[in-house]
Amino acid sequence: MNDSNPLISLKGITKTYGKGDAAFQALCGVDLTINRGEFVAIMGPSGSGKSTLLNLLGCLDQPTGGSYRYGSVHVENLSTDQRSLLRRHAFGFIFQGFNLLARTSAADNVAMPLIYHGVSMKERRQLAKKALETVGLATKLKSVPSELSGGQQQRVAIARALVTSAGTLFADEPTGNLDSHTTVDIMNMLTRLNEQDGITILLVTHEPEVAQYAQRVVVVKDGLIESDTWNRKPNLASA
Amino acid sequence: MIWNAFLIALREIRRNPVRAFLTVLGIIIGVAAVITMVTLGRATTQAVKSQITGLGSNLVSIRPGASFGPRRPDSGIPNFTAKDVEAITNQIGGLAGVAPVTRSSMGTIYRQNARTTSVVGTTADYFTINNWNLTTGRFFTDEDARAGRAVAVIGQTVVTKLFEGDDPIGKKIRIGTSTCEVIGILTSKGQAGMSDQDDTIVMPLTTLQRRLVGRTSTANISEISISIEENADSDLIIEEITALMRSRRNLQDNEDDDFHVFNAQQLAETLSSSTQMMTTLLAAVAGVSLLVGGIGIMNIMLVSVTERTREIGVRLAIGARAREVLLQFLVEAITLSSVGGMVGIGLALLLCVVLSGAIGVAFVFDAQINLIAFLFSTAVGVIFGFAPARRAARLDPIDALRHE
Repeated sequence: MNDSNPLISLKGITKTYGKGDAAFQALCGVDLTINRGEFVAIMGPSGSGKSTLLNLLGCLDQPTGGSYRYGSVHVENLSTDQRSLLRRHAFGFIFQGFNLLARTSAADNVAMPLIYHGVSMKERRQLAKKALETVGLATKLKSVPSELSGGQQQRVAIARALVTSAGTLFADEPTGNLDSHTTVDIMNMLTRLNEQDGITILLVTHEPEVAQYAQRVVVVKDGLIESDTWNRKPNLASA
Repeated sequence: MIWNAFLIALREIRRNPVRAFLTVLGIIIGVAAVITMVTLGRATTQAVKSQITGLGSNLVSIRPGASFGPRRPDSGIPNFTAKDVEAITNQIGGLAGVAPVTRSSMGTIYRQNARTTSVVGTTADYFTINNWNLTTGRFFTDEDARAGRAVAVIGQTVVTKLFEGDDPIGKKIRIGTSTCEVIGILTSKGQAGMSDQDDTIVMPLTTLQRRLVGRTSTANISEISISIEENADSDLIIEEITALMRSRRNLQDNEDDDFHVFNAQQLAETLSSSTQMMTTLLAAVAGVSLLVGGIGIMNIMLVSVTERTREIGVRLAIGARAREVLLQFLVEAITLSSVGGMVGIGLALLLCVVLSGAIGVAFVFDAQINLIAFLFSTAVGVIFGFAPARRAARLDPIDALRHE
């Protein structure tokens, strides 16, 4: 990968909520380029537009203006269904609230995205087991979320995001509900996934300690990028 | 995809069985009610039909008086005469048999037992026309009738009540003021409406007139029993008989019939069409409960969509398309209603067996109505599951994920 062929390229992205006097401009023209294999933390105070930016990057939302290219795809031209398919094949999501299906085993939770890939039940079981082994939960296949700790639940959610071999992982405050000790576990795991498996990670957080784990920190304020700094240069880009 | 949606639906049902049961209770009751009503209705119709055909196949009987039923004695309407019977026999084609009938209630005595029984005076044809069979002995013959012999054929009720276990064949019983010899015993026909068909004594009309009634009036026949040939046009023959009797009874064109032609076939059809109408009506009422059951499903599915908003958000985020979410919830509603339909069929089977035993009709499993009711319950799932499923499919992933 080189800079001339970025994974994600935003140009003049704007997002306006509401209409008329009640209109609120969450993003006022964001330019951002992210290469494959980067680990980017998006920071900023609440209301700064950082979550909006992540939702737009994750194709959960459509920008009001500007252009968004993912690889060679012009995302702003995609229909709702096409965006669904892009998410299905290229993206993985983890959330602050874990968002696991209640009363459903860890293995079934992890296997859930594969249903939409048309994978057979047998193969789903194997892939789910493998993904749970990757996050160190090989012994908890049958446990339901209520039997798991917060950190374990978030690891199940990571396994769910990884099971489809998605290249890009979107994490919205993934450690927001976790204690500091578990936060370290989860962040180490994300770092390992980024460094060993080359997964691109985009993470929203308001905690500087969490942002430290990322290679690059983008600070958003009042709908604009205030700063874009590197903690350390990515291994893969230099390799 | 549909199979997976079905598996997810089954898991959802297993997750909360009590709620699932309450959700489909309306469907269960609706399906069970429709099937039970229709099955029992048809069984009743069948029972009514077979009871009437039991009176005699192609039976037509003519009675004085404007309508069928008990005759008012002082109505002044004349009985039929032997000449009327003769005229029908000779002038109407397509008849298998014609028998004059005189009925009277008479005291009967055998040893110390005395009771009142309906005594029928008729000819030998009466037995075939009215479908009577013998258990033992013989019918009387035309020869017996001509000679006016004092012989009688008795029904089962007379055997049990009057003879109390004695073999009646060859025994003499006192009927009215005369004595008769019992020559045959009829097989039982059971109740017909309010009257016991087996409480009867049948003897030659001539014997009854000469020995018991003692009257020699010519107008003494209270009923003419006729059976129509198998392939004859019964409507046409009844018309002909009516016309013949009108002219024989000197009725003017502006006068109403002073006799009534009763057709067993017609009665069977009238009665069964009225029970069928009743069945349809009851089934329609039961169908309304099926509809109400569908609204129950819609209600719970809407609640379920709200409850599982975050789940829907996750599914949308990981790449489920709107139509896949729609399908999942639709399949869930259909699965619920179909399972309800199947439970309803089971319940209906149970109810039909118990109730058909209680009201004394034969239970016949009707595959057609079971299938219709099942398909209807599935259709209810489709119709009432669609709105909640569409609501789920239209959710915005971000809003759905933020939902508390």
